[in-house]
Amino acid sequence: MSLFLIVALPFFGALLPGLMNQAGRKACAGITFTVSLAAFIGLLTNLPTVMAGEVVMARVDWVPSLGLNFTLMLDALGFFFALLILGIGLLIIAYGRSYLSRDDNMGEFFTYLLLFQGAMVGIVLSDNILLLLVFWELTSLSSFLLIGYWKHLPEGRQGARMALTVTGMGGLAMVGGMLILGQIAGSYDLSVILQNRELIQGSPLYLPALILILLGCFTKSAQFPFHFWLPHAMAAPTPVSAYLHSATMVKAGIFLMARMWPVLSGTPEWFVIVTTAGLVTMVLGAVIALFKHDLKALLAFSTVSHLGLITMLLGTGTAFGAMAAMFHILNHATFKAALFMSAGIVDHETHTRDIRRLGGLRHLMPITFTIATLAALSMAGIPFLNGFLSKEMMLEEAHHTVLFGSHWLVPVMATVGSLFSAAYCFRLIGHTFLGAKRDDYPAKPHDPPAGMWVPPAILVVLVVVIGVLPHLAEPFVKLVTAAVLGEAADVPKAYFKIWHGLVPALYMSIIAVVGGLVLMTVFKPLLKTWETTPRPEAKTIFEAIIAAAVSLARGLILTSHNGAFSRYGAVFAVTVVVAGAYAFLSGTVGETTRELQPVTPVALAGWAMLVAATLALVFQHRNRLLALILIGIAGLMVSVGFVFFSAPDLALTQFTVEVVTIILLLLALNFLPNRTPVESSQFRRMRDGVIAVLGGIATMAMSYHYLLRDALSTPISEFHLANSYKGGGGTNVVNVILVDFRGFDTYGEIIVLGIAALLIYALTETLLSGPVRARLLNRKPDQPRAGDMHPMMMVVLTRVIMPVVLMVGFYIFLRGHNEPGGGFIAGLIVSIAVIMQYMASGFAWTSARLRYPYHGVIGAGVLVAGLTGIGSWFVGRPFLTSYFEYVRIPPFHKFELATAAAFDLGVFLAVVGAVMLSLESFSRLARRAHVPDAEHPMDIDPSREQALAQTAADLKGGA
Amino acid sequence: MELLVASAIGVLTAAGLYLVMRLRSFPVILGMSLLTYAVNVFLFASGRLTIGASPILTDGVEVYTDPLPQALVLTAIVISFGMTAVVVMIALGAYLGADDDAVDDPADDAPVEDVQ
Repeated sequence: MSLFLIVALPFFGALLPGLMNQAGRKACAGITFTVSLAAFIGLLTNLPTVMAGEVVMARVDWVPSLGLNFTLMLDALGFFFALLILGIGLLIIAYGRSYLSRDDNMGEFFTYLLLFQGAMVGIVLSDNILLLLVFWELTSLSSFLLIGYWKHLPEGRQGARMALTVTGMGGLAMVGGMLILGQIAGSYDLSVILQNRELIQGSPLYLPALILILLGCFTKSAQFPFHFWLPHAMAAPTPVSAYLHSATMVKAGIFLMARMWPVLSGTPEWFVIVTTAGLVTMVLGAVIALFKHDLKALLAFSTVSHLGLITMLLGTGTAFGAMAAMFHILNHATFKAALFMSAGIVDHETHTRDIRRLGGLRHLMPITFTIATLAALSMAGIPFLNGFLSKEMMLEEAHHTVLFGSHWLVPVMATVGSLFSAAYCFRLIGHTFLGAKRDDYPAKPHDPPAGMWVPPAILVVLVVVIGVLPHLAEPFVKLVTAAVLGEAADVPKAYFKIWHGLVPALYMSIIAVVGGLVLMTVFKPLLKTWETTPRPEAKTIFEAIIAAAVSLARGLILTSHNGAFSRYGAVFAVTVVVAGAYAFLSGTVGETTRELQPVTPVALAGWAMLVAATLALVFQHRNRLLALILIGIAGLMVSVGFVFFSAPDLALTQFTVEVVTIILLLLALNFLPNRTPVESSQFRRMRDGVIAVLGGIATMAMSYHYLLRDALSTPISEFHLANSYKGGGGTNVVNVILVDFRGFDTYGEIIVLGIAALLIYALTETLLSGPVRARLLNRKPDQPRAGDMHPMMMVVLTRVIMPVVLMVGFYIFLRGHNEPGGGFIAGLIVSIAVIMQYMASGFAWTSARLRYPYHGVIGAGVLVAGLTGIGSWFVGRPFLTSYFEYVRIPPFHKFELATAAAFDLGVFLAVVGAVMLSLESFSRLARRAHVPDAEHPMDIDPSREQALAQTAADLKGGA
Repeated sequence: MELLVASAIGVLTAAGLYLVMRLRSFPVILGMSLLTYAVNVFLFASGRLTIGASPILTDGVEVYTDPLPQALVLTAIVISFGMTAVVVMIALGAYLGADDDAVDDPADDAPVEDVQ
């Protein structure tokens, strides 16, 4: 199966559980299982190729200019991890189906799980490190959702936040590291990077890159000092803990260290950082684990400890260490997932995970006891179980490792770690399952249904099989090791077997197991000492850091961002002017290349009107109605200016937009106060005035300089002028640019316009359904209302004019391609015609005659434009390629048919819909404000009054 | 002529800036409209000023004004209508909800403590 499909399956499959939620729990889990199984089988179809030592590649260019390509690679290492992710995933899904209670939303759970699965598979199969980063962040996000799945639990929410913070910060560091690495290697493709060991290790940027990448790995894999998030993430449902926090996600950091092993390892920096972090984590995790009473917390710290062990092995930088690490990843995934599932079973059946309340479960839950004991003994390193084998290899490797010049440090620490590891395993078995049966369990324990114990049982079978017959796993592990080592080293010759003779590792192992048993005998006094010893609590430190960051951010924001928008405006204006002035003064200005054009009297008159209206607006802005009239004059003068300077299309647009804007503002003014009070001080007004004048002078100076100089390069407009008729079939270049050359822009723009209108509609709905509604209903108009709200003259006039305006709109639309006009302008004209109906005949009358809702009109417009664009796909052209043809239908003249006209129709519809929906929303507020709504189009209607009089007379007569 | 256009842009900008810095929503909206005019005219002027040479291809005519800024400004005008409408709606909603059309937050409007 294609690698793309393997990665994509879980992602697409994530849509299904939510949909299947209604179909019942069985269907929901079933579909999730099927999706995972399909990906799993797809992976297995690649097994022969991988076993033959070949690498499967799949590549699609995504953003080649950034070096970001969707490149996937499947070698033995990727295969190994993908196998763990998908294989254990299957078991977890089966287990989760029984584990989740009826109150839990199963669809949601499995959706998150599949998202996570897809992201994990993406990490291990990525060949491009930028792509890998994307998947890396996706695992952080999906694990956040999974940890916080039980939203009602505060621990769950806090744990999820902590995990996201820590792994997210690490992820950020890693982004930096990966970018540096890509810069050094000159490519973001792993296959290239892995070939450049000397180049990368010789670079002065090697150390920063290494540290940043390791930060990412250490946070993800919970290495000291970032280990603390993992135990808190245990608030997640147990299937999540078993899956993410033992078998897969926490191994992502280790996977990356293994993946980068050929280029990053082998240097003193790598050795010291990675080995030390691993060693400290291993011992610390093991010691803390021993004293945890919560089964899952114990397992969490033991996971931390084992991850440290693997990290330390990778840190040694030897081929044997890498092989031991790979083998231990396999073994750890099997026994630890089984243990987590067993802990989940205990929790599920006894309703507690507190070891102090358990014991004697051996008799009540024999199956669980067998599974958990075998898995725990494997973790303790008892022979004939797989944990023993890799632990021996680890001790063997530790025996040869010299850290900080000491031959003793690593072996002793490794032995101590193993000793505590054995101790907590014995405690887990002894205090949970052995001992006398108790009668105070919170629930009556018994073995769970098969759905819950079969998945861990399968894993335990693997534990035993590998433990007894290690040579079965040997070829596979060696293949994976070969993939890790790349060309940096050869796979060690060592054989996997139980008995290596009386080697130092065996003695260390014996010390560990015997020591572990001894520790158990003195556990009670030991625990007392532990509990009385003060020690730093990682969670408290973490929370203190977060609190400090929050208060710093708050302090910064509150001082700079105090909610005074007028101040922001002033600061912004001053900043822009100063920056512009600096650029202007420090740069050079070319010679003027254009002549000043002579001023004509008409232009001067227009200018004078514009300036007068604008200045009057500033001084009279407190009188809001007057201000509205003045801004209307200013807008009109701008339109006239467009006509004057050869822009008829702009003039038409500006003019029509001006009309609807003023209507809109009038509608708003209907509710707002009529006057703006004097609030700011004299000084403040002066200050604002100075800033405003400065801004005005700056823009004026810039425009003036601009207008007197030609562009340095030939403007691309030449192309548009030359090709408008030839390529676009229209002589109105502006319109051809809109619907053809830059049709995609226009398409985006009508969508934006539609969204703006929908936003206005939504806001109106919110207002009308909230407390504002009552206020609107009780509102007394502050101005006397006209007695004749729908004057007959206007009603008659608007109705007569309506078909004429529609015809004009149609005409403007059709001529748009060759003459000034087009969809935008036609849309605005038609909108004005409809608005006039609203104004003249009233809201109710007009809406009653409305056949299509405006939402639909917007949608239809976007759809028509989009479908026109898609149409060009069918003839093998890119989106929105236009086509035109001249046809002749007798007896008419020859005329042009262009696809651009269909696109323009879309623009037209979207504009009409958007303008009308906005204005209609505003008027709906007004309509609810004064309740009586004219039912009739005209207030004065003699016939109606006669009928009324008649009825009254009839009634009187009847009485 | 260039000076007239440049000064018009300047006046519109200055008036717009002054009104944007006012304390009530209505003048702020008017100020934004004025700034929109200024920006649109400025963008339009980037095609330089040409009189009597509309970008409508006609036989025998060689000189046309720059059509590209016109196309860009045309969409900008329509979009700015949408923007104005949204801002007006927000202002109206704020006024109707609080009976106050001041744009600045009151000084005692402390941020809400976040909930753990």
